[in-house]
Amino acid sequence: MKKEITFTLNNEKINIEADPKWTLLYVLREVLEMTGTKEGCGYGECGACTVIIDGQAVNSCLYPVMEAEGRSIVTIEGLMAKNGELDPIQKAFVDEGAVQCGFCIPGMIMSAKALLDRKPKPTDEEIKESIEGNLCRCTGYVKIIDAIKSVGGGR
Amino acid sequence: MEGLKYVGKRIPKKDAPLKATGQAVYIQDLKLPGMLYGKILYSKYPHAKILRLDVSKAAALPGVRAVLTGADVPNNFKFGFLKDNPPLKSGKVLSTRDEIAAVAAITQEIADEAVDLIEVEYEELPGIFDPIEAMKEGAALLHEETKSNVLKLPWKFVNGDVEAAKKESAFIAEDSYTTQWVTHCCLGTSGCVASFDVSNNLTIYSNTQIPSLAQNDFLEALKVFGLKNKRVRVIQNTIGGGFGSKLDTYAYEYIAILLALRTRKPVKVVFSREEEFLATSPRQPTITRISQGCDGNGKLTFREIEMVLDNGAYTSWGATTPSVMMVPISSLYKVPNIKYTAKCVYTNNTYSQAFRGYGNPQATFAIESCLDELAIKAGIDPVEIRRINANEPGEVTPQNFRITSCGLKDCIEEVVNRLDWKNKHGKRNGRGVGMASLIHVGGAARVYKSDGCGTIIKVDDNGKVDVITGSSEIGQGSETIIAQIVAEVLGVGMDDINVINNDTDVCPWDVGVHASRTTFVAGNSALGAAEKIKAQIMEIAAKNLGEPVEALDMQDGVIFSKNDREKNIPLAKVLRKAHYTLGGRMLVAENFYDPPNENFDQTFRGNLSVAYAYGTHGVEVEVDRETGQVKILNYIAAHDVGKAINPMLLEGQIYGGGLQGVGYALGERMIWDRGYLKNGNFLDYKMPTVRDIPPVQAVIVESDEQAGPFGAKGIGEPGLVPTAPAIANAVYDAVGVRIKDLPITPEKVLRALKEKEGQKV
Repeated sequence: MKKEITFTLNNEKINIEADPKWTLLYVLREVLEMTGTKEGCGYGECGACTVIIDGQAVNSCLYPVMEAEGRSIVTIEGLMAKNGELDPIQKAFVDEGAVQCGFCIPGMIMSAKALLDRKPKPTDEEIKESIEGNLCRCTGYVKIIDAIKSVGGGR
Repeated sequence: MEGLKYVGKRIPKKDAPLKATGQAVYIQDLKLPGMLYGKILYSKYPHAKILRLDVSKAAALPGVRAVLTGADVPNNFKFGFLKDNPPLKSGKVLSTRDEIAAVAAITQEIADEAVDLIEVEYEELPGIFDPIEAMKEGAALLHEETKSNVLKLPWKFVNGDVEAAKKESAFIAEDSYTTQWVTHCCLGTSGCVASFDVSNNLTIYSNTQIPSLAQNDFLEALKVFGLKNKRVRVIQNTIGGGFGSKLDTYAYEYIAILLALRTRKPVKVVFSREEEFLATSPRQPTITRISQGCDGNGKLTFREIEMVLDNGAYTSWGATTPSVMMVPISSLYKVPNIKYTAKCVYTNNTYSQAFRGYGNPQATFAIESCLDELAIKAGIDPVEIRRINANEPGEVTPQNFRITSCGLKDCIEEVVNRLDWKNKHGKRNGRGVGMASLIHVGGAARVYKSDGCGTIIKVDDNGKVDVITGSSEIGQGSETIIAQIVAEVLGVGMDDINVINNDTDVCPWDVGVHASRTTFVAGNSALGAAEKIKAQIMEIAAKNLGEPVEALDMQDGVIFSKNDREKNIPLAKVLRKAHYTLGGRMLVAENFYDPPNENFDQTFRGNLSVAYAYGTHGVEVEVDRETGQVKILNYIAAHDVGKAINPMLLEGQIYGGGLQGVGYALGERMIWDRGYLKNGNFLDYKMPTVRDIPPVQAVIVESDEQAGPFGAKGIGEPGLVPTAPAIANAVYDAVGVRIKDLPITPEKVLRALKEKEGQKV
């Protein structure tokens, strides 16, 4: 039985009918066809599906969509400015060479974004903590850390 | 190399903005009109007869459009290196990843539900899970049509006289080393979408690393299916990680093709994470018996290796990894006498395949661990024995590899200096340093008859450049490297270049992303094409400017006279002149580069690669005697890369490879227990996280390879090759125990420490 649900998605109010057993990730990818958020495992272990909910980085694959009622959700699609300008964290990932295959990157960027919004000049330890739930097989994480640091003015 | 504007620069990846904004389309993201979703049913047992297979309930589920079993595979079609693998098995299953049925439905959920409704009755058979058991006389045969579980592949290399050398050696070290299954863990799982047009031509969207070879494989399959004289188009969506996992075609691709053929709809098969662990092919486990000797001065006299590889139940290209293992076995350091044999053995385990390094890491683990043991026996510092025997430019190795550029000695010294080896080695105080080196093909590898790559460049009348290349972008950055090379040759900006690299209908032929070959081969191919198109441009410009071609140059898309800068013409105008003139012409150039390397002869001799890549990794570790935990305090990865076309991307290859190597050395292991995978998820399979990265330095050593584009050699694979032995050697230096079985877990270190204590008493 589908239920109506209202939440804010990338600064715009949205109202949809959702099956209560759907996850937020399912709604984003399959219902709204916003495929920027990735599914890497489906059980909360890889972080590829990370979105920001009310300021917190969350694995959307484990998040029941009904929990989103009244909340504000930001996905990777919500970071770029309307004029096409990349968010500073996106630009840093590009400029620092932090992107290889790129599959983990939207989730990685959302985890970093949640940190930087909260703490504009994070320590190395805080950077690592923010992305410890985001797996990457290509980069060895070095340039990802560099990218996050560069936004925080650390380099 | 002076005055280069694009080559050698830290230029961001061209595809990074798409990926960082979530706009890149991976196979997971692809949806075609009317597309159906496939799901595969795997065997419940590692070895069993299928007594009954009833798909009626699945077929009756609303939304299901097709259910296929082995009976639906036309003409006994089999795929793989030895054509021993049917995409859907019937009669008998040989591993728990055996595909026995597949469903296509209108949603993924219905497809998932439908496979659960398929009823299978099995008669379980005893399995063989140990290659040594499988080799024994009288062992049950996995494939009844064969005479032995040992594959009929002749992996043997002999040079000189090992027996005589043994007698003459002052010191000999001998031991056994074993390695485990590890899996690629691509963050984007495997998948494809297959679709037929009305004339039965196939379009397949795939993650493949080998578009041209896959196209051929699928074409062969269509022929067997009774579809003669058809076309196959392979389109690569953005690829979510490769590392060798997509160097072959797989059952799921043939299943998608068969489902699409049956339903006349596009069919998508994308693996779940559990499936990715279960049904993709890992790095092969090895059992290596090695013996190496040296004379009284530490000069190596011989190397003898016998290796057994667990092939699993079917044969992929992975069964040819012993040919690449031969590279370090014959040619890492100067060794005059060599004897090597390898056997790939069928078992009821998962079948193995290619993984970054292609056998080299397994071989190098044994060679470099054993070399340290030899140094200890000979009373020589491990650095010294490597210096004494290091490869050099101009050398011809026992396999007839002609060594051109070689920065091995420089790599060793980088490690020695940056690790402070002198002060840190030999303390045995819980902290220790270790090193290991590598050789790998660095100028492609002639595995197939051709090792070539084609490039087409066309320039349009806005002055924009399209580079159409056979090579594939799998995240490694080839697209950007190729654009840098073309920009440098032509004198146009990076943003003026568009690289097209993902469609066999458009792109020229290429062998694939393997053997660390793309920068070298596709780079050289693009370089040649750029020179050809430049000559065409200059010819037209010369006519228009009234200057000789030799007097002209191009920068930032403007052609000018070197004598008089006022005499200039923009590239776009040259193009319009070419197009708008009566009897006009296009500006298109093509170039096929096939490096002058050699296939092996029957004795496995031949200059496999035009150039060879070298490197040395050095590690400082701290070993906790209470817990057995190994902590990396410092990690130096020095690589001879010829020339770094893009140091930023190159460092990314070294860091990424290095951490995969750390995972291989210290924690990663697929646990296949009597044919069942016990840790097929990210919770139980310990792939390194950001918490596992050591302090690491990537050191780029440039040796300027004459045959490489702007001096470059390959660097895709080397980053993980020497990691495990470097760490094992450091652990030995720290606490005096040698771990000979990967991964080096705390349990193994503790057990070894206890055994050592016991010996003292």
